[in-house]
Amino acid sequence: MALNKEFVGRVFGPGEPYEVSRVKIAEFAAAIGETSELCRDKAAAQRAGYPDVIAPPTFAIVVAMASTTAMHSEPGLGLDYSMVVHGEESFSHSRPLHAGDVVVATTTVESIRVVGAMSMLVTATDISTTDGEHVCTAKSTLVERGK
Amino acid sequence: MTVKYADVAPGTEIPAKSYRATRLDLVKYCGASGDFNVIHWNDRLARSVGLPGVIAHGMYTMAQAGKFVSEWAGDPGAVLEFGVRFSGMVPVPDDTDPPLGGTTGGATIEVSGRVTEKLGDNKVAVDIVARSGDAKVLTRSRAVVRLP
Repeated sequence: MALNKEFVGRVFGPGEPYEVSRVKIAEFAAAIGETSELCRDKAAAQRAGYPDVIAPPTFAIVVAMASTTAMHSEPGLGLDYSMVVHGEESFSHSRPLHAGDVVVATTTVESIRVVGAMSMLVTATDISTTDGEHVCTAKSTLVERGK
Repeated sequence: MTVKYADVAPGTEIPAKSYRATRLDLVKYCGASGDFNVIHWNDRLARSVGLPGVIAHGMYTMAQAGKFVSEWAGDPGAVLEFGVRFSGMVPVPDDTDPPLGGTTGGATIEVSGRVTEKLGDNKVAVDIVARSGDAKVLTRSRAVVRLP
Protein backbone atom coordinates (compact mmCIF):
# COMPACT_ATOMS: atom_id res chain seq x y z
CA MET A 1 0.00 0.00 0.00
CA ALA A 2 1.34 3.39 -0.97
CA LEU A 3 1.96 5.86 1.79
CA ASN A 4 -0.31 8.85 2.22
CA LYS A 5 1.46 11.82 0.62
CA GLU A 6 -0.68 14.23 2.59
CA PHE A 7 1.69 13.58 5.48
CA VAL A 8 4.48 15.53 3.77
CA GLY A 9 5.22 18.64 5.80
CA ARG A 10 3.48 17.38 8.92
CA VAL A 11 5.29 17.89 12.20
CA PHE A 12 5.10 15.47 15.11
CA GLY A 13 6.13 16.46 18.59
CA PRO A 14 7.83 17.67 20.58
CA GLY A 15 7.01 14.64 22.70
CA GLU A 16 7.76 14.04 26.36
CA PRO A 17 11.22 15.16 27.50
CA TYR A 18 13.86 12.40 27.41
CA GLU A 19 16.44 12.40 30.18
CA VAL A 20 19.79 10.95 29.07
CA SER A 21 21.23 8.79 31.86
CA ARG A 22 24.68 7.36 32.52
CA VAL A 23 23.15 3.90 32.82
CA LYS A 24 21.45 4.09 29.42
CA ILE A 25 24.62 5.38 27.74
CA ALA A 26 26.64 2.55 29.32
CA GLU A 27 24.04 0.00 28.22
CA PHE A 28 24.06 1.33 24.64
CA ALA A 29 27.86 1.44 24.55
CA ALA A 30 28.02 -2.17 25.78
CA ALA A 31 25.49 -3.28 23.16
CA ILE A 32 27.53 -1.88 20.27
CA GLY A 33 30.90 -2.87 21.75
CA GLU A 34 32.05 0.74 22.25
CA THR A 35 34.75 0.56 24.91
CA SER A 36 35.67 4.26 25.25
CA GLU A 37 35.93 5.36 28.87
CA LEU A 38 34.31 8.65 27.80
CA CYS A 39 31.03 6.71 27.64
CA ARG A 40 31.45 5.22 31.13
CA ASP A 41 33.69 7.28 33.39
CA LYS A 42 32.50 10.75 34.34
CA ALA A 43 35.94 11.88 35.51
CA ALA A 44 37.52 10.79 32.21
CA ALA A 45 34.78 12.56 30.26
CA GLN A 46 35.34 15.73 32.26
CA ARG A 47 39.08 15.58 31.65
CA ALA A 48 38.22 15.50 27.93
CA GLY A 49 36.12 18.65 28.38
CA TYR A 50 32.62 17.17 28.60
CA PRO A 51 30.17 17.86 31.45
CA ASP A 52 29.50 14.13 31.97
CA VAL A 53 29.80 10.81 30.12
CA ILE A 54 28.95 11.19 26.43
CA ALA A 55 26.81 9.02 24.18
CA PRO A 56 28.17 7.34 21.03
CA PRO A 57 27.06 9.26 17.91
CA THR A 58 24.33 6.81 16.89
CA PHE A 59 22.74 6.95 20.37
CA ALA A 60 20.62 9.82 19.04
CA ILE A 61 18.48 7.17 17.29
CA VAL A 62 17.16 6.11 20.72
CA VAL A 63 15.80 9.59 21.30
CA ALA A 64 14.67 10.03 17.70
CA MET A 65 12.81 6.70 17.61
CA ALA A 66 10.45 7.70 20.39
CA SER A 67 9.36 10.56 18.14
CA THR A 68 9.31 8.71 14.81
CA THR A 69 7.50 5.66 16.24
CA ALA A 70 4.55 7.85 17.19
CA MET A 71 4.45 9.11 13.60
CA HIS A 72 4.89 5.66 12.00
CA SER A 73 1.93 4.30 13.94
CA GLU A 74 -0.46 7.02 12.71
CA PRO A 75 -3.11 4.91 10.97
CA GLY A 76 -3.62 7.51 8.22
CA LEU A 77 0.00 7.17 7.07
CA GLY A 78 -0.54 3.57 5.92
CA LEU A 79 2.88 2.24 6.92
CA ASP A 80 3.22 -1.55 7.26
CA TYR A 81 6.15 -1.74 9.66
CA SER A 82 6.83 -5.44 8.99
CA MET A 83 7.70 -4.51 5.38
CA VAL A 84 10.00 -1.66 6.30
CA VAL A 85 13.75 -1.62 5.75
CA HIS A 86 16.06 1.20 6.69
CA GLY A 87 17.37 2.97 3.58
CA GLU A 88 19.56 5.78 4.89
CA GLU A 89 20.37 7.47 8.15
CA SER A 90 22.38 10.52 9.06
CA PHE A 91 23.18 12.48 12.19
CA SER A 92 24.33 16.04 12.36
CA HIS A 93 25.52 16.92 15.85
CA SER A 94 26.04 20.38 17.31
CA ARG A 95 27.62 18.51 20.21
CA PRO A 96 27.45 14.98 21.65
CA LEU A 97 24.55 14.00 23.90
CA HIS A 98 25.74 13.60 27.48
CA ALA A 99 24.33 12.21 30.72
CA GLY A 100 22.07 14.76 32.35
CA ASP A 101 20.75 16.18 29.07
CA VAL A 102 16.98 16.59 29.03
CA VAL A 103 15.94 16.71 25.39
CA VAL A 104 12.84 16.80 23.24
CA ALA A 105 12.46 15.53 19.68
CA THR A 106 10.38 16.98 16.85
CA THR A 107 9.92 15.01 13.63
CA THR A 108 9.06 16.57 10.27
CA VAL A 109 7.98 14.47 7.29
CA GLU A 110 10.24 15.79 4.53
CA SER A 111 9.15 13.66 1.59
CA ILE A 112 7.21 10.60 0.52
CA ARG A 113 8.10 9.04 -2.79
CA VAL A 114 6.30 6.09 -4.36
CA VAL A 115 8.27 4.07 -6.91
CA GLY A 116 6.29 1.11 -8.21
CA ALA A 117 5.35 -1.01 -5.22
CA MET A 118 7.89 0.70 -2.95
CA SER A 119 7.42 3.78 -0.84
CA MET A 120 10.22 5.95 0.50
CA LEU A 121 9.61 8.03 3.60
CA VAL A 122 12.14 10.72 4.57
CA THR A 123 11.91 12.32 8.01
CA ALA A 124 14.07 14.80 9.90
CA THR A 125 14.06 14.72 13.68
CA ASP A 126 15.47 17.67 15.60
CA ILE A 127 16.74 16.91 19.08
CA SER A 128 17.13 19.92 21.36
CA THR A 129 17.42 20.46 25.08
CA THR A 130 14.35 21.69 26.91
CA ASP A 131 16.21 25.03 27.04
CA GLY A 132 16.18 25.15 23.24
CA GLU A 133 19.82 24.26 22.51
CA HIS A 134 20.10 22.19 19.32
CA VAL A 135 22.01 18.93 19.89
CA CYS A 136 21.39 16.75 16.85
CA THR A 137 19.33 16.41 13.71
CA ALA A 138 18.67 12.83 12.63
CA LYS A 139 17.51 12.21 9.09
CA SER A 140 15.98 8.85 8.18
CA THR A 141 14.89 7.23 4.95
CA LEU A 142 12.63 4.25 5.44
CA VAL A 143 11.70 2.01 2.54
CA GLU A 144 8.45 0.07 2.63
CA ARG A 145 8.87 -2.92 0.36
CA GLY A 146 5.91 -3.73 -1.85
CA LYS A 147 3.95 -6.94 -1.46
CA MET B 1 47.05 5.68 20.09
CA THR B 2 44.98 8.14 18.18
CA VAL B 3 45.51 10.11 15.05
CA LYS B 4 46.35 13.83 14.89
CA TYR B 5 44.93 16.39 12.45
CA ALA B 6 48.43 17.38 11.38
CA ASP B 7 49.25 13.78 10.46
CA VAL B 8 46.45 13.13 7.97
CA ALA B 9 45.95 14.17 4.37
CA PRO B 10 43.36 13.38 1.69
CA GLY B 11 43.93 9.73 0.88
CA THR B 12 45.07 8.71 4.36
CA GLU B 13 43.67 5.24 5.00
CA ILE B 14 42.06 4.31 8.29
CA PRO B 15 43.25 0.77 9.03
CA ALA B 16 40.39 -1.69 8.44
CA LYS B 17 38.87 -3.50 11.40
CA SER B 18 36.53 -6.45 11.75
CA TYR B 19 33.76 -6.67 14.30
CA ARG B 20 31.81 -9.82 15.20
CA ALA B 21 28.05 -9.73 15.58
CA THR B 22 26.23 -12.59 17.25
CA ARG B 23 22.61 -13.22 18.18
CA LEU B 24 23.43 -12.11 21.71
CA ASP B 25 24.71 -8.78 20.37
CA LEU B 26 21.45 -8.23 18.47
CA VAL B 27 19.39 -9.06 21.56
CA LYS B 28 21.45 -6.55 23.54
CA TYR B 29 20.97 -3.99 20.80
CA CYS B 30 17.20 -4.59 20.79
CA GLY B 31 17.13 -3.77 24.50
CA ALA B 32 19.52 -0.84 24.36
CA SER B 33 17.88 0.81 21.34
CA GLY B 34 14.26 -0.12 21.99
CA ASP B 35 13.96 -1.57 18.46
CA PHE B 36 12.36 -4.97 19.00
CA ASN B 37 11.38 -5.59 15.36
CA VAL B 38 10.97 -9.39 15.14
CA ILE B 39 13.30 -9.63 12.12
CA HIS B 40 16.19 -9.01 14.52
CA TRP B 41 15.53 -11.96 16.83
CA ASN B 42 13.04 -14.45 15.34
CA ASP B 43 14.12 -16.60 12.35
CA ARG B 44 10.62 -17.91 11.68
CA LEU B 45 9.06 -14.45 11.48
CA ALA B 46 12.04 -13.03 9.56
CA ARG B 47 11.61 -15.77 6.91
CA SER B 48 7.87 -15.17 6.80
CA VAL B 49 8.54 -11.65 5.42
CA GLY B 50 11.00 -12.91 2.83
CA LEU B 51 14.31 -12.50 4.65
CA PRO B 52 16.96 -15.24 4.79
CA GLY B 53 16.60 -15.29 8.58
CA VAL B 54 17.45 -12.92 11.41
CA ILE B 55 19.34 -9.84 10.19
CA ALA B 56 21.23 -7.19 12.14
CA HIS B 57 19.60 -3.82 12.75
CA GLY B 58 20.85 -1.35 10.15
CA MET B 59 21.54 0.91 13.09
CA TYR B 60 23.67 -1.81 14.71
CA THR B 61 25.83 -1.94 11.58
CA MET B 62 25.97 1.86 11.47
CA ALA B 63 27.04 1.85 15.13
CA GLN B 64 29.95 -0.46 14.22
CA ALA B 65 31.05 2.04 11.57
CA GLY B 66 30.66 4.86 14.08
CA LYS B 67 32.80 2.96 16.58
CA PHE B 68 35.40 2.41 13.85
CA VAL B 69 35.66 6.17 13.28
CA SER B 70 35.57 7.11 16.96
CA GLU B 71 38.30 4.55 17.80
CA TRP B 72 40.44 6.19 15.15
CA ALA B 73 39.71 9.70 16.46
CA GLY B 74 39.99 8.60 20.11
CA ASP B 75 36.70 10.24 21.09
CA PRO B 76 33.08 9.21 20.32
CA GLY B 77 32.18 12.89 20.71
CA ALA B 78 34.45 13.81 17.80
CA VAL B 79 32.05 12.33 15.22
CA LEU B 80 30.05 15.44 14.34
CA GLU B 81 28.37 14.42 11.10
CA PHE B 82 27.70 10.83 10.18
CA GLY B 83 25.52 9.51 7.39
CA VAL B 84 25.17 6.11 5.77
CA ARG B 85 23.25 4.28 3.11
CA PHE B 86 22.19 0.74 3.99
CA SER B 87 23.08 -1.14 0.84
CA GLY B 88 22.87 -4.72 2.03
CA MET B 89 21.60 -6.91 4.82
CA VAL B 90 23.76 -8.53 7.48
CA PRO B 91 22.29 -11.97 8.15
CA VAL B 92 23.32 -13.16 11.61
CA PRO B 93 22.87 -16.94 11.78
CA ASP B 94 22.27 -18.66 15.08
CA ASP B 95 24.84 -21.10 16.38
CA THR B 96 24.20 -24.82 15.97
CA ASP B 97 25.38 -26.61 19.11
CA PRO B 98 29.08 -25.65 19.02
CA PRO B 99 29.95 -28.10 21.83
CA LEU B 100 28.70 -30.88 19.54
CA GLY B 101 30.76 -29.70 16.57
CA GLY B 102 28.19 -27.27 15.16
CA THR B 103 28.86 -23.77 13.91
CA THR B 104 29.35 -20.82 16.22
CA GLY B 105 27.06 -18.60 14.16
CA GLY B 106 27.27 -14.84 13.95
CA ALA B 107 28.55 -12.54 11.24
CA THR B 108 31.61 -10.41 10.65
CA ILE B 109 31.34 -6.74 9.71
CA GLU B 110 34.52 -5.36 8.18
CA VAL B 111 34.88 -1.58 8.16
CA SER B 112 37.42 0.50 6.28
CA GLY B 113 37.79 4.21 5.70
CA ARG B 114 39.76 6.93 4.04
CA VAL B 115 40.23 10.65 4.60
CA THR B 116 38.75 12.53 1.66
CA GLU B 117 39.16 16.14 2.68
CA LYS B 118 40.70 18.34 5.35
CA LEU B 119 38.22 20.92 6.53
CA GLY B 120 38.90 23.87 8.79
CA ASP B 121 38.77 23.85 12.57
CA ASN B 122 40.60 20.48 12.86
CA LYS B 123 37.79 18.70 11.05
CA VAL B 124 38.26 16.04 8.39
CA ALA B 125 35.82 14.28 6.10
CA VAL B 126 36.13 10.51 5.84
CA ASP B 127 34.48 7.97 3.56
CA ILE B 128 33.58 4.65 5.14
CA VAL B 129 32.72 1.26 3.66
CA ALA B 130 31.36 -1.71 5.60
CA ARG B 131 31.24 -5.22 4.21
CA SER B 132 29.82 -8.45 5.50
CA GLY B 133 30.55 -11.61 3.58
CA ASP B 134 30.55 -10.67 -0.11
CA ALA B 135 28.18 -7.73 0.28
CA LYS B 136 28.80 -4.05 0.82
CA VAL B 137 26.40 -3.29 3.66
CA LEU B 138 27.13 0.43 4.07
CA THR B 139 27.89 2.64 1.10
CA ARG B 140 27.88 6.41 0.51
CA SER B 141 28.92 6.64 4.13
CA ARG B 142 30.61 9.78 5.22
CA ALA B 143 31.60 11.27 8.54
CA VAL B 144 33.00 14.60 9.60
CA VAL B 145 35.32 14.12 12.53
CA ARG B 146 37.22 16.58 14.69
CA LEU B 147 40.76 15.42 15.38
CA PRO B 148 43.15 16.56 18.11
